[in-house]
Formats: sequence, structure tokens, C-alpha cells
Amino acid sequence: MASIDAGGGDSGHKKGPGVKKSKKLSTRVDMTPMVDLGFLLITFFIFTTTMSTPTTMDLFMPKDSKEEDQNKAKESGALTVMLGKNNAVYYYEGQLLPDASNFKTTNFKGIRDVIIDKRKSVIAAYTGDPDCEAKARAAGKPVTDCRDKDFVVVIKPDLDATYKNTVDILDEMTINGVKRFAMVDLFPQELTLIQATEGGGPLPTTPAAAAPATPTTK
Amino acid sequence: MTPFVDVAFLILSFFMLATKFKPPEVVEIKTPNSVSTKALPENDAILVVLDSAGRVFFSMLAEKDPTLKYTVIKNVNDTRGLGLTEPEMKNFVKTAAIGVPFTGLKQLLGIPAEEQAKVKQPGIPIKDSASNELFYWIRDAYSAFSGRKINFLIKGDNNAKYPQFKEILNAFKRNDIYKFQLVTAAEDAPEGTELYKERKAQGVVPGAANK
Repeated sequence: MASIDAGGGDSGHKKGPGVKKSKKLSTRVDMTPMVDLGFLLITFFIFTTTMSTPTTMDLFMPKDSKEEDQNKAKESGALTVMLGKNNAVYYYEGQLLPDASNFKTTNFKGIRDVIIDKRKSVIAAYTGDPDCEAKARAAGKPVTDCRDKDFVVVIKPDLDATYKNTVDILDEMTINGVKRFAMVDLFPQELTLIQATEGGGPLPTTPAAAAPATPTTK
Repeated sequence: MTPFVDVAFLILSFFMLATKFKPPEVVEIKTPNSVSTKALPENDAILVVLDSAGRVFFSMLAEKDPTLKYTVIKNVNDTRGLGLTEPEMKNFVKTAAIGVPFTGLKQLLGIPAEEQAKVKQPGIPIKDSASNELFYWIRDAYSAFSGRKINFLIKGDNNAKYPQFKEILNAFKRNDIYKFQLVTAAEDAPEGTELYKERKAQGVVPGAANK
């Protein structure tokens, strides 16, 4: 590749005495520096490039309203999901029983099935709501939207939940077509349950966690 | 040799065309994934960054109109009595992100914008409502942007904790801002789920999320 034509020399034909050596110009160009540069640029661009373009996820939060203004979720259709330490997910359906027997533990893989199952059971329990159906018809939406209108997921990240967990669970709402969900603070009872489940190890050192996180009602 | 070089240059031209330079970042953030396909707005946005250590940074994306940033820093300077000099305020326009309390702002802006990345910034205080300085930044930026449609971006690291995220949301909420956009990386809808079916029905090919 990098053969450099030394340009004639004595390697050519034997020439008679006095005959001038005609310099043969080679048509081959030495490509090595160009290729070197090419690869340098490739490496440069590979390292500087950002392949995945960032996207954004919409998050709409409600105004902090007074307790009595908050809309009550139907108990039959409510699913409360709590996010704990080390990607743990806790959940219960409806109201938390006093003996906490319906307080269950799962992970991010399992929560999807829980949501899907709950949604299915809410849809199965739907007996028809003329009000809602009339509204949907007027708005030009499919009446089937009414079937899961009682389905509400309440998301409660605790103090050890990471941002990733929070985004993941919000994403799970989009993935499973959950239209109604809310993000609220834990009740003290739930916090104690989570801490008990997590082994009651050393409590988080943040001062906010030392005092039970009472739901901030502003 | 020749085909080899051909391929190499093909790759080179691909990278040259496909590349998009990373905007300067004060901290490296690994964003979580989401199935959302909405593109990130690049202009007219207020961006709050939350890193894995819980530090909060504030920045304004206003490339088109640098005077906006100047308005904000002038406002902050006047209301908080920081005593910033003219060159320091000009420097803010070039600054990518602010991650210091108001008390440290003068020192940070005394450093040329290009060298600020080397400085370890402690983050904007967000702890409680009394010392939530992020609230003031958002308020001033929001009023500077008034009359435009702006986006409120929150970019958090995977390992950032929820309480800090909540404080950021509170800072926005106190400004009567309730619609946010969380910066994420694209991901496909998992197969067999509700969203997957919906996207398939719309003719969106699975994998289109990466576009």
C-alpha cells in the first residue's frame, strides 16, 4: 500500500550512454495519511456523538387542594402502589385492612400484572353507567372508556424511593393505559408497614424520615 | 485496500451527518427510560437538573434570545441585593447552569463560563419552603419568559431520591405551575401490553420510539 515509487533509478531499461533518463510519473497516490486522518475523524465522531435523542414525559400535577375538595376514589377500583427501598414495590387493593393482610410485596416486574389484573377486574365489575356513557357519546369518545372509570391507581413513593422508580411507575401507567392516577404522600401507618417489611434495619438518616412523614395537607 | 477505505469513509460520513453535539453539562445525568416519544424541546424552556447526590441545578434554555437570561439575573441581583457587577451578569448569560445558593452566586459568576464546569457546585437549596431558592429562580425566569409558550423540564438522575424530586415539584407548584416534562431516554412499549396494542393499531411500528 505504502509503496513509494522511487522514480526510475537504475531499475528501468538499460539505456544507452547519453540517453536522458525520462522520469516516469506514477499515477498512484500514497493514501496512508488520508486514511489515517479518516480514521481519526471516525473515532472522534464516534466518541462525541449522542445516539439516543432524549424524550420527555408529561407529568401533570394537581393543585394542592383542601381535603374536602379532593375527589374520593371508589374503594372497589382503587389500587395503592408504594415504592420503597431497593426497587421494592408494595401494594394493596381498596382500603388497607387494620391487620394489613392485604398489604403485599412485589417488584417492578410483578406490578405490571397486578395493574393489569386489577384493571380487568374493574372492567368485569362494570355494570353500566348511563351518565358516563352519555357524556362519552357527546364527546365523541368510545363508550368503552367508561368501563374502567372507577379504576384509580394511587402512587406513594416513600423517602427511599429513587427518581427512577418514580418515573418507572408513572411510565407503567402509560404502558397499561391507566387514565386515572395520583401521586400522594404515604400515610404514617403505611410507612410503618414498609419499614417493618424492609426488616426494620437502621432507619433512614434523613431528618425528614425520622419523624413519620405525615401527609402534607396544604 | 480501496474497498476498505470506501467503507471507512462511508462510516465517517454517517457519523458526521448523524452526530449532534452534547450540550455542555455541569453534571452527568443518567436519565431513566420511558415509553414516551415526545421530543425534547430545545428552546424556551426552564430546566431543573437533579443529580444523583441530590444537588439541584437551574438553567434556562433561551439560545434564541440571550437578553432573557440577562433580565433574570438583573432581577435576581436587584431583589436579593447580591451586588453583581456588569461583567458578572453578562457572564450569567453564557453560564450553562447554576448550582449554588444566592450567597455563592457572585463567586461563581466571577469565574469564566468555560471554567465553571470544573468548580464543584453545592446545588441550589431546596430543603424547606423558607430557604427554597429554586422557587425564586423559577419565579423570575417564568416572568422573564412571559408571553411565550415555555416548557418546564425536570431532568433527574436514576439514583436521585424522591424527596428531592418532590421539593422541586413543590417549588414549581408554588409558582402555580403544574405541567412538567420529565426528561427521559426513549424505550419501546413492552410487548403484549395495552400501549403496545394501541401503538400497533395506529400503525406505529414497534421500535419507532427511537426515532
